[in-house]
Amino acid sequence: MSDFLLPLYLTFKLAIIATVVLFFIGIFVAYFLAYTKSKLRFVYEALVNIPLFLPPIVLGFYILVIFSPASFLGKILEYFGIKLVFSFSGLVVGSILYSFPFMVNPLVSGFRALPKSLKEASYTLGKTKLETFFKVLLPNMKPSILSAVVLTFVHTIGEFGVVLMIGGNIPGVTKVASIAIFDASMALNYKLANFYSLVLSLVSLSFLMFVFFINKKFVSNDRS
Amino acid sequence: MIEVKLKKKLFTFELNVDLTIQGNDFVSIFGPSGAGKTTILRLIAGLDKPDSGYICVDGKVWYSSKDNIDLPVRLRKIGFVFQDYALFENMSVAKNVEFALESKKDSGYVDELLELVNLREYKNEKISLLSGGQKQRLALIRALARKPKVLLLDEPMSALDWSLRATLQDELLFLQKKFNITAILVSHEISEVAKLSDYIFVIKNGKITKHGKPQAIFDIDTNNVNIFGTVIDKKASDLLGILKVLIGNSIVYIPTNKNQFSNLSIGDKILITTKAFNFSTKKIILD
Repeated sequence: MSDFLLPLYLTFKLAIIATVVLFFIGIFVAYFLAYTKSKLRFVYEALVNIPLFLPPIVLGFYILVIFSPASFLGKILEYFGIKLVFSFSGLVVGSILYSFPFMVNPLVSGFRALPKSLKEASYTLGKTKLETFFKVLLPNMKPSILSAVVLTFVHTIGEFGVVLMIGGNIPGVTKVASIAIFDASMALNYKLANFYSLVLSLVSLSFLMFVFFINKKFVSNDRS
Repeated sequence: MIEVKLKKKLFTFELNVDLTIQGNDFVSIFGPSGAGKTTILRLIAGLDKPDSGYICVDGKVWYSSKDNIDLPVRLRKIGFVFQDYALFENMSVAKNVEFALESKKDSGYVDELLELVNLREYKNEKISLLSGGQKQRLALIRALARKPKVLLLDEPMSALDWSLRATLQDELLFLQKKFNITAILVSHEISEVAKLSDYIFVIKNGKITKHGKPQAIFDIDTNNVNIFGTVIDKKASDLLGILKVLIGNSIVYIPTNKNQFSNLSIGDKILITTKAFNFSTKKIILD
C-alpha cells in the first residue's frame, strides 16, 4: 500500500476493531446499567461517561502512565508479551476507553425505551433471561444498536489526543489519519492534510446520513 | 384450586389479601384504580415479590416466605395478558405464538390456535398491521399456547371500544372453557366483571372488602333485566330527579325518586333494573 494511504487504512482498521470489541462489551454493560437496582448506579453511570468530560489528552496521559512498562500493570502485560504503549493494540485499548460512552449511552436508552412488559411477557412464556435478551430485547432495539455502532465508529475515526499520547507517530503502526493531518499541516503540506480531512469528513457525514435515514424508516414503519 | 395469601407494603397502604380460588373458575378482582389489583396479579406471576405470603396452585407451592420457596416466573405455569399486550414486534403473528411453545416446529398446532381467534390468515403479517382487537386476541392465544394452569388478565380490554369489548368478552369466555383453565381477571369495569365472572373479589385499599358470586355482590335479581351504567349528570325537578347515565357508549336519561336522587353523585356506578318484559326490538341497518 502506498505510504500516503497507510494512515487512512490504519484509521479504518482501528475504528472497525474498536467498534466490534466495544459492541460486545457495551451491550452487556448497557443491559446492566439499564436494569440494575443498585444504589451505586450513579457511580457506574459517572464512570462510563468520564471520557465525555475529560480532555482526550488527559485520558491518553493516564492510559500511557497506567500501561507504561514502568507501571505495575505494564509489567504484568510485558510478562505476557503484550506491549500497549506505542503499539496498534494500545490504540485499540485507548479507543475503546475513549469511545465507551458513545457505545453505551444509546444502548442504555434503547433498553430503557423498551416497555417493561416485553421482558416480563417473555418470562411468563417460560423463557430464560438469556433467551429474552437475544430473542426479544435486542431485536426490538435495532435503531439504538445502529446509532451506538455508527456513533462509536465515527467518533473513533476522529480521535486525536488519546491516539497521540498512547501511540505516538509511528508510520504504518500508529500514525492514523488524524495524526497524519496534524503532521502534514505542521510541515505546511496543506494538500495532503486537505486530502485526509476530506476523506474523514465525507465518511463521517455519509455514515451519519445512513443512520438518520434508517432510523426514519424504522419510525415510519411503526406508525403505519 | 389456588390459594393466595399475600402481604406487601405499597406506597400509601399495605396490600393484605387472602384468596381461595376454585379450579377452572373465572374469577375477577374488582375495585377502583390504585387499589392493588394489578399488584396481586404480578405477585401471583412472580413479577413482583411480596413481603410475606404463600401461593399454592393445584397442590404445588409457588411461593412461601416461611419455607423460603420462590419459583422464578418462567417456571410458574401462567399465561399473562398485559394491558399493553406486550406483543413482540420483531416477530410475525405466528412467530409470537410459536415463541410460547416449548417444542418448536409444530406449525399445525400454531395454525390451530390462530384459527381459534380468527387470525390464521394473518399468520405472516407484522404485528404493527393488526387492529386493536386482533392484537388483544393474539395476546390472549399466545398466553394460552403453553397450556398454563392459570390465566392472568390485567385489564385486557381497557384500550378497546365498547362494541368490540362485547365480542371479545364472549371469545374470552369460550376460550377459558375450551382450555378448561382457571382465569383471574383484574378490572374496574362493572359490566365486564358481572358478565364474565363465576366469583368476584372486591378490593379497596389493599383489602378484600366483599367476595361472592356476581348476583350476591351486585345484588342482581336474575329474573330482571340488569344494566350497568355510570351517572354523568343529574338534574333535579319538582317531583323527580333526572339522571343522565352512560350505558356502554350511549347516553340514557332515567327518572329517579328524590330519595335515590340525593344519594347519587356524578361518577357513581349504578345498576338499573327493569321488571317489565315488554321490549320491542328492531334490527339496526348500518349504511
